[in-house]
Amino acid sequence: MNDETKYFLTRLGIYTFLFTFVLWVIVPIIISTLYAFSTRLDYYNMNKVIPTHFTTEWVKTILFTLGGWQGIKNSIVVALMTIGISFSLGIPAGYAIAKFIFPGKDSIKLSIIALRMFPIPVMAIPLVILYIHLHLIDTLFGVALAHTAMALPFVVLITSSIFAGVSKDFEEAALVFGLNRFQSFLKITLPLALPGLAAAAMFTFVMSWNEVFVASILTLKNRTLPAQILSIMAGSSGGAAPPYYKFAAAFIMTFPALIFVFFARKYLVTMWGITLK
Amino acid sequence: MKTKYLPYLLILPAGAYLLFFIGYPLVQAIYLAFTQNGHFTLANFHRAFSNSMFFQALKFTLALAIVIIPIQVVLALVLALIMMNTFKGKDWVLYALIIPLTISDVAGGLIWYTMLSDAGFLNKLLLNLGLISQPIHFFGYQYRTMEFLAIVLEEIWRSTAIVFVIILAGLQMISREYIEAAEVFGAGYWTRLRKIVIPMLKPSIQSALIIRTLFAMQIFGAVWMLAGRDIPVLAGEGYYQLTFIKDYSVASIYALAIAMLSIVLGALYVKFLKAPYLEVGE
Repeated sequence: MNDETKYFLTRLGIYTFLFTFVLWVIVPIIISTLYAFSTRLDYYNMNKVIPTHFTTEWVKTILFTLGGWQGIKNSIVVALMTIGISFSLGIPAGYAIAKFIFPGKDSIKLSIIALRMFPIPVMAIPLVILYIHLHLIDTLFGVALAHTAMALPFVVLITSSIFAGVSKDFEEAALVFGLNRFQSFLKITLPLALPGLAAAAMFTFVMSWNEVFVASILTLKNRTLPAQILSIMAGSSGGAAPPYYKFAAAFIMTFPALIFVFFARKYLVTMWGITLK
Repeated sequence: MKTKYLPYLLILPAGAYLLFFIGYPLVQAIYLAFTQNGHFTLANFHRAFSNSMFFQALKFTLALAIVIIPIQVVLALVLALIMMNTFKGKDWVLYALIIPLTISDVAGGLIWYTMLSDAGFLNKLLLNLGLISQPIHFFGYQYRTMEFLAIVLEEIWRSTAIVFVIILAGLQMISREYIEAAEVFGAGYWTRLRKIVIPMLKPSIQSALIIRTLFAMQIFGAVWMLAGRDIPVLAGEGYYQLTFIKDYSVASIYALAIAMLSIVLGALYVKFLKAPYLEVGE
């Protein structure tokens, strides 16, 4: 076997692997979307791998009879509040870590990195007692406060890396021209960091949109979408929901996320500090 | 205002917020775990540990992590190395690979239910290809092993993406110069990989390992959708004790167990992998 065939075969092997993996990722999404709109007869017809008759009945039932639509609205409200609170707390901290040198900075950063991985969602269990006392239980604001705790370490780290990416020269130039530190942040650093911050906001949105544990234990009636789906699909109220409801629910939860990745696909990898071209 | 204090003032709100939302639940959890009607007692621990579900949950949580994470790291590493090449349609491949990053555990569980249920895609496909004559049952208590497999498939499908992205980011930070220098000295692909790329990638791999392991300790949504309590996991049992049994003390013990596991595993990783991973977090 000469070098050229060897090279060709290696390439072939690599791209077959890649192709298979891509199929492995996208086929379940396509299939579950098709099944979400499949008629009952087509689903139970064992000869129909791909359904050919479609209905919107299941998606509509989830949305309008089983509270999915209200769940979507609640999820959006919670996610927006989470972005609002976590950004107003996280941006100053991120800026400080990116732009100042001060004693204890490394330990602070280290603690934030450690906190990022602390099981904050699970720690919402003891939080229930406090929430009952404060009348925060079953409120969207309460869920947003807990989601903020979960998202905040990410927001601090992401914003600090975004601010660190904005060159010091611009800010120094602004200081030379007589702006104070806050003005130069507002007029120079912030606008330059805006695309990154928008991506960070989307990232936070998806984190909150997808979070189910906190939302499920802190709410009863005002459920976010994942919490609502969880309670319909499993546990006491729904028992074993018919399969096609499960597919419809998966579709409703996944669809917005797919749109998000499409628009943010460049930023998603930037989130981890690089650009792909 | 003195600039000396400015950074601390900027960090203070976020720090105080996090301290409260971690400190308070921890203290409250310890209080709930050790008291009953305001009196110190170990009865709660007895109640939690005498229920066989506790150790089952611990066992399955760890078993899932042990099965899933090594597969994810190997897959992600191979994928990331491939994605360092340029080829036609790379943007679309990257898009496809990161899609699962935004899919929640609940949705992931439901999607894999579609794939694996008795009248689901996989069974129908195999039946129609004539490869099987009876559907393979994945769900139900009597098929627990298959339920376990279903969770493993779902988690590999959904959360390999985060490992992939972290490793890819690490790969892209390795300066081309090192690799080119090695090339000049005649190092082949495998030598370069072994002597330069992998050692320089270690911090990223460690970082990905820690993140995945600690998140695996909190596994809940996918398990709840695919297996319910057939495959008990720590977070699921905590949820069950809280919302169905209303036993706050036992639920808190589950929360504490996950927190302790996370701290111990995190510390072990840092100690044994000598992780300078902090630099990569930037």
